[in-house]
Amino acid sequence: MSKEDLDILATGRLIGIARKWYDQMLEGQIPSIALPTRTKQNIEYDDTSEVWKYGDRESIRSAGTAKSALHLLKMAYVIWFLRKQIGENRSSTLRELYYISEGWKKAKFQAQDESNFLIEDLEILTDMQREAFHLRPEEDGATIFGPLKLREMTRRGEKDIHCQDDVGEAGYQIPTNVETVELLEHDAKFVIAIETGGMYARLIENGFDGDHQAILIHLKGQPARSTRRFLNRINTQFNLPVVVFTDGDPWSYRIYASVAYGAIKSAHISELLATPKARFIGVQPTDIRDYHLPSDHLNDKDIGALRSELTDPRFASDYWKEQIELQLKLNLKSEQQAFAAKGLDFVTKEYLPARLSDMGII
Amino acid sequence: MSLAEELAKQQRSISVAEFFERNKHLLGFDSPTRGIITTIKEAVDNALDACEEAMELPDIFLSVSRQDREIYRIVIEDNGPGIIPDQIPFIFGKLLYGSRFHQIRQSRGQQGIGISAAVLYAQLTAGVPTLIVSRTGPEHPAHEFAIQINIDTNEPEVLTRREIEWDRTHGTRIQIEFKSTLAAKKRLIEYLRYTSVVNPHARIRLEIDGEVFMFDRVSDEVIACPRAIKPHPHGIEVGQIRRMLQAAPGTLESFLMSSFSKIGKKTAEEICRIAKLSCTADAPSLSANEQKRLIEAMQMVKVPPPPISQCLSPIGEDLIIRGLEKEFQMDFVKARTRPGSVFSGHPFIIEAAIGYGGKLAADGNAQILRFANRVPLMYQQGACAITSAISAMNWKNYAVAQAGLPTGPLLILVHVASTSVPFTSESKDAIASIPEIEREITLGLQDLARDLKIFLSRRDRNRLQEDRARAVCAILPELAEKVAEIVELPKPDISSIEGRIMHKLIVRKTVSEGIVRVEIKNYTAGQASLSLYTITRDSENNADPPPDFLTKMDEDFTRVWQVVVDPGKVWTTTYSGSAHGTVEIRGIDPRNVVMVDRDE
Repeated sequence: MSKEDLDILATGRLIGIARKWYDQMLEGQIPSIALPTRTKQNIEYDDTSEVWKYGDRESIRSAGTAKSALHLLKMAYVIWFLRKQIGENRSSTLRELYYISEGWKKAKFQAQDESNFLIEDLEILTDMQREAFHLRPEEDGATIFGPLKLREMTRRGEKDIHCQDDVGEAGYQIPTNVETVELLEHDAKFVIAIETGGMYARLIENGFDGDHQAILIHLKGQPARSTRRFLNRINTQFNLPVVVFTDGDPWSYRIYASVAYGAIKSAHISELLATPKARFIGVQPTDIRDYHLPSDHLNDKDIGALRSELTDPRFASDYWKEQIELQLKLNLKSEQQAFAAKGLDFVTKEYLPARLSDMGII
Repeated sequence: MSLAEELAKQQRSISVAEFFERNKHLLGFDSPTRGIITTIKEAVDNALDACEEAMELPDIFLSVSRQDREIYRIVIEDNGPGIIPDQIPFIFGKLLYGSRFHQIRQSRGQQGIGISAAVLYAQLTAGVPTLIVSRTGPEHPAHEFAIQINIDTNEPEVLTRREIEWDRTHGTRIQIEFKSTLAAKKRLIEYLRYTSVVNPHARIRLEIDGEVFMFDRVSDEVIACPRAIKPHPHGIEVGQIRRMLQAAPGTLESFLMSSFSKIGKKTAEEICRIAKLSCTADAPSLSANEQKRLIEAMQMVKVPPPPISQCLSPIGEDLIIRGLEKEFQMDFVKARTRPGSVFSGHPFIIEAAIGYGGKLAADGNAQILRFANRVPLMYQQGACAITSAISAMNWKNYAVAQAGLPTGPLLILVHVASTSVPFTSESKDAIASIPEIEREITLGLQDLARDLKIFLSRRDRNRLQEDRARAVCAILPELAEKVAEIVELPKPDISSIEGRIMHKLIVRKTVSEGIVRVEIKNYTAGQASLSLYTITRDSENNADPPPDFLTKMDEDFTRVWQVVVDPGKVWTTTYSGSAHGTVEIRGIDPRNVVMVDRDE
């Protein structure tokens, strides 16, 4: 879809929301919107798309109470603003939107969270992503390194880039709007997504991408939407296996879960963002035990998080049950860079090859 | 000399006055701070009792003034019937002298200790005699006495006695000086305030070093003085019956019938039969053993409860509410007078009230007002049966928060009226735990709490409606405007939405290009007749329709329109002016009005 078509579609859908309210008011009804309930209880596994999506639970916000009426008024202001922004071919960040609302009197946002939630509501109502409203994410996209060739639409025209030959040591930076990138060709056997920058750099330095024909993606902690969308596209377009390499603690398992299954916050666009075939490579609690990795004791928050994961539908498998229960028993956690205790080459020469062949990838 | 003889020399009788000198705490004189309150409490109790007996509306004057660094002078003056001069020394100068001790009826004072204890305390701490002035009527002169108590003999000592001029035609004045502090001033005022709540027929004026506190009367009804009744056979004790028997020459049967309430010929015969005594036995000459059998028999027969209504004088639901409303601002107040009941042969009535909201403190424990025979109980709240009955209730069932005691903007009043209030000690601070009394308190409070719950849920519902109304009036028009701008169509008319949701009168002021427009829409079911007031600095007189009344004060113009709006109709006026000034509606229940000032 061309940029112009996308703009027309987004504008149309935004105006559609306002039009519905307008019609409701003409009929003497109190304006309202229906949205899926955004809680852990209301996400369900969708068999056809293999991702977690919102269930059938809906909550209706009608302007019959002061709180909801104000929410609708704010939404009307945002729609009015986005429509103008799209028409003028400008863009803004969520943070900027929050500050722009300063001038909206009653409709002013009280906190950044409020405007973020409201934009997510609009994504659900229009079934479009916020990038279509010309809203840019705050964070940088992650970087990628490996045997992959792509074409990006830049302000200076189309550019073909090879992610080993045409980039520096840090790799290619994924743009905020992944829809402007076209994937051309690759010479890879799998994709490895890595939580920390240190490990990403270690793999590049050790030539892991060359030795194993691997595409390396740096997740930068909890991955940005663009990173997840990019992984989703490589996985579906080239049918390449994706593995996720993180620290061995409950917070990192959640990073994996958001790559593989989607996040509760963005369950309305899970189909676009999640990579259900992504598999967890490590650090596994069994690795902490088997490799005697340097480790720390779990704190109360870690234990709480692990317990909560035991009831999270996204971790409801025998594999995760076994790993989490083992970790609670060991009462230990390790970072992925703890492998350095066994020498700088250990992770690329021993650990990862062993795990990859276990998983049947090499 | 043997040891026994030695000891015998030391044995001697203890004067009552001496005993109380050593045990001041029993009477509420254990600390200088309490002294003032106890004295005023005793004197006010006596004054109220005396006025009640004389069928007078009490007018009580109190003053507390500092004389010296630690010495305070307390004056208590009432308009009661006065005391005949010969009695004065005994009433004020002898402990355990009183008229009410032997009577079975509700009264504030009972044992005749209170005020004479204050006299004793005064002579012990300040060494100053107490001055009493009393007059029994316009035809009699007033007498002034200076009195002390002989501690060894518990007999009054009259230092001076003279006739004086006094402006009151009848009444009593006590002037007493003792060592004290005013640290408990707040509690003193609280005590009088509470007294005034349950004695709405009394007027009390207090001056503390010139500062005046007034507690006015709200009822001009003289309260009926409770009449004494004969003792009830249940709950009678050996000593008491022995005294009664000795004073009753005649047969046992006639003794029983004439000395007790609710004993007729049939019951008297049954008692004699159970006690295996002859009905014609000579009452004063019963042996100790026979007296014991008689008492046991009296407990076993069925006797109707004592005549409660004549010996007790409950305050009444209406007067409790008026008394509370006079001293506290509340959103809700209800009172209950329970039917009379009996414990150990003593009649009692429980009265309770619950107040909520208004200016009551919103956080912390509920305010508990405890009363016994119309006297506030100020100390030992934790040891009192009233408090434990309140804590034992599950207040959460009634939408009231609870942490031991209920919490929140709540006031709980409990009044125990009885011929014999079971206090935990002589200082009369707390009521003893008697199951019959606790049960009645609980029943009364549960009944009231149910009403409170209904009030709270109704109030919450009203709040919700109010919330909706505000949403509709303040936000919907803006939403309509913005939505119209987005879809590029004219602004939709949302008045039908407003009307449907609200069923209220909407007053809306808008200003645009120097024209002020005030619109009154009547969405209620009935015709609305009201006055619209605007106070502004707008000087131009071009309002359409023009105001019915216009006045200028300094820079401000006040305009008044008399408006009648039929249901479903709209009334509008417009005039040149600015956004400043106020708009007000009078003559209609404000709960039915929603004011929308778009420039707020």
